Amino acid sequence: MNPEAIKSKEIMQGSAAIAETIKAIAPGVIAVYPITPQTHILEHLARLVADGQLKSKYITVESEFSAASVIFGAASAGVRSYTASASQGLLLMTEVIFNMAGTRLPAVITAVNRSLSPPINIQVDHQDTMTLRDSGIIQIYVESIQEAVDTHIQIFKIAEDREVLLPAMVCMDGWILSHAYEPVTLWRDEAVQEFLPPFDPVFQVDPKNPLTYGALTDDDKITEFKYMVHDALIRSKEKIKKVAGEFRDAFGNYYGDVIEKTYTEDAELILIAMGSMAGTIKAALEKLRAQGKRVGLIKIRSFRPFPDQELRTALAGAKAAVVLDRSFSCSSGGILGGEIKACLYGQGGPQVINYALGIGGREIYPETVLEIVNQSERLVESGKIPPETIFYNLNRELL
Amino acid sequence: MQTDLKKNYLAPGHNACPGCGVAIGVRLILRAAGEKVVVVSPTGCLETFTSPYGASAWEVPWVHPLFENAPAVASGIEAALKYKGDYETHVIVIGGDGATFDIGFGALSGMVERGHDILYICYDNEAYMNTGIQRSGATPYGATTNTTPRGKFSRGETRPKKDLLEIMRAHNLRYVASATIAYPQDLARKVKKGLAIDGPAYIHLITPCNLGWGINPEETVELSRLIVKTGLFPLVEYEDGELTSVHKLKNALPVEEYLKKQKRFAHLFEEENAQMIAEIQKMADQNIKKYNLAG
Repeated sequence: MNPEAIKSKEIMQGSAAIAETIKAIAPGVIAVYPITPQTHILEHLARLVADGQLKSKYITVESEFSAASVIFGAASAGVRSYTASASQGLLLMTEVIFNMAGTRLPAVITAVNRSLSPPINIQVDHQDTMTLRDSGIIQIYVESIQEAVDTHIQIFKIAEDREVLLPAMVCMDGWILSHAYEPVTLWRDEAVQEFLPPFDPVFQVDPKNPLTYGALTDDDKITEFKYMVHDALIRSKEKIKKVAGEFRDAFGNYYGDVIEKTYTEDAELILIAMGSMAGTIKAALEKLRAQGKRVGLIKIRSFRPFPDQELRTALAGAKAAVVLDRSFSCSSGGILGGEIKACLYGQGGPQVINYALGIGGREIYPETVLEIVNQSERLVESGKIPPETIFYNLNRELL
Repeated sequence: MQTDLKKNYLAPGHNACPGCGVAIGVRLILRAAGEKVVVVSPTGCLETFTSPYGASAWEVPWVHPLFENAPAVASGIEAALKYKGDYETHVIVIGGDGATFDIGFGALSGMVERGHDILYICYDNEAYMNTGIQRSGATPYGATTNTTPRGKFSRGETRPKKDLLEIMRAHNLRYVASATIAYPQDLARKVKKGLAIDGPAYIHLITPCNLGWGINPEETVELSRLIVKTGLFPLVEYEDGELTSVHKLKNALPVEEYLKKQKRFAHLFEEENAQMIAEIQKMADQNIKKYNLAG
C-alpha cells in the first residue's frame, strides 16, 4: 500500500466504504432509489451531500428505472454520474442499461447482488446482474470490501476511457460485502482524483454543437452499431488490465486483472468462482493444500468483458474445472458454467463440472467447498461427469 | 429570449405525414424557444419521423432515449447542466400522449414533483399513432381506434380521456397551459412563459392526426380550431395555481361540428348512438361552465 495515498484505516461497513469512495470520485450527478441491501450506500451519500462534503446533484427519483435514466441523461450532458441498486431494481433498469451501452454513455452503477423474486428474498446471489449480461455493460465482481472500494476507483477510469465509453457495474455481494464490517483503507480524495482524471466526453448535448442522440436506423446499419458495442466491450479488457496495473502502482493493491489465479500453476482441479465466495474458497484451499491436494482457484473479476482467452490459458494444464455458479438460466443451467464450457469447447483443456449453489443467501462455508472438491474428484475418477449443472444440496423433499 | 422567425429548427425534409399536426406544432415550439435548448423526446411519431440516422431534422441538441423515460433523462440533463454552471440552456421534453399519459406517466410525475427546471410539452393526438392507431389514456370517449373498434358490441372508446391538465395542476406546478396549433401566437407565448419560469412547466398541445382521426391533411388546423370552438378543449393558462387566462367563446359551436369531420367518430352519427353525442356535448358544456368560456 502506498502510505501517502491513505486517508484512513478503520473497521467500517461495506456500504459506508463505497459511499466514502464515491465522495472521492465526485460524480456530478447521483440518482438514488432505495432497495435492500443497497440502501445504506445512498443514505451515506445523502449525509455527505447534506453536510456539504459532496457537491454532486443528488436526485431522489421515483423508481430505479428513472435512476438509470437520470444518469443516462447526466452522462449525455458530459457529466460523471452514478447510482446504486440491487435485485428487482437492476431488472427494472434493464431497458435503460441496454440503451446506455448502445448510446455509449459511461455511467457507473454499484450492483449490490441480491436474489430475484419470487419467492421474495433479500439475500445474496448473482441472478440479478447475470441477467444483464447481454446488455453491453462492463461487470466486475469483487471479493472483499477493500476490493470493492478499489474497483470503484478503477471502473470509472475504464468506463470513461475514450476507447471504451460503456456503462459499468461493480458487482458486490449483498450483506456479505455491503453490510459486513471489515478493516478498510480509504484513499485521500487528491490521490483518487490524481488517478482518475475528470470525465472528458467525446460528445455531449450542447446548444453550440447540436447533435442528435438516439437516431432511428434500419437493417442496413443496425448490425454495425451493435457490433461496435460488442467490440468496445472486448477491447475494454485490455483497459481493465492496464488500469489494474496503474492502480497497483499508485495505491499498492492488486486483485488480478480480468481474472485472479490462486494455486493454479500445478493444479489438477481448478475451482472457478466470482464474488465473496472466492474468499471462502481461498480459506478452503489452504486446508486442501495442507493435505497435498493440487487444487486451485480462478476468481473471475471481469465477467463482462468475458475473459475467454485468459481462462483457456489458465486452465490449460488442469484435469477439471469446477465452476461454482451463484445464478442459473432456467433449463440451461449455471450461467458461468455454460459460458466456460462454450469458451473451452473444441480448444482442448479440462472437463467442466458445474455446480449451482449459494442461491438466495444459502451459506457457502469452507466445508461446502471441501465437499464439492471431494465430489468433483470422485466424478473425475469415475469418468462420469454430468453434462448438466449439479444443484448442490438440493432438498428434494421440498420439490 | 431571442426568437429568429426565419430560422427553422426542425429542418424540412423529415418523414412526417402530409399535414401532420405534430410537425407543425414542434416547428412552432422550437421557433419560440430559440437556440439555447436541449430537447428530449420519447419514442413516438415525432422521434420516428425526425431522426433517421444521417438525416436528422433537429437543428438543436436532441436526445431520444426510450418510450417511458424522457422526463427522467431530461432530469439528468438538467441536473448536469446546472452542475456545470449552465443556467441558460433550457431543457424541453416533447412527448406524445402515449408516453405522457400512459407509459411515461410515473417518470413525468417524478420529474415535476422534484421541481426540475424543465418544460414538458405533450403533443396529444389522442392515441398510439406511431404503432398504427391504438387507444391510449388520451383517447376521447366514443373514438374508434384499432383497439377500440366499432363492432356488434362496441361503439369505440368507453371512457372519457384522462384529465392530464388537472393532474399536472395537482402537482403544484408554477405554469400549466393548454394550446393547439390553430393558435400559433398563443402557443409561442405559452412556450416562452413556460421556459421563463424557474421550475417545471407543462403545456398540453392538441395535434390532430390525419390517419388516426380520419381527416384530410388540409384539415389539421381547422380541427385544431374546432376542438377549441366547441369547448371540448379549452385554451387555458394557470400561473402559480391561479387561472390567469382563458380563450373565450362567444358562441360555442355544437360538438357535432367537430365530430362529424372525423372518421373515428362516424359511428356516433348512427341513430342508435345519438345519446353518445349528447354525452360529448355534456363534456363540452361542463368545460364551458368550469372555465366560464362564454362569459
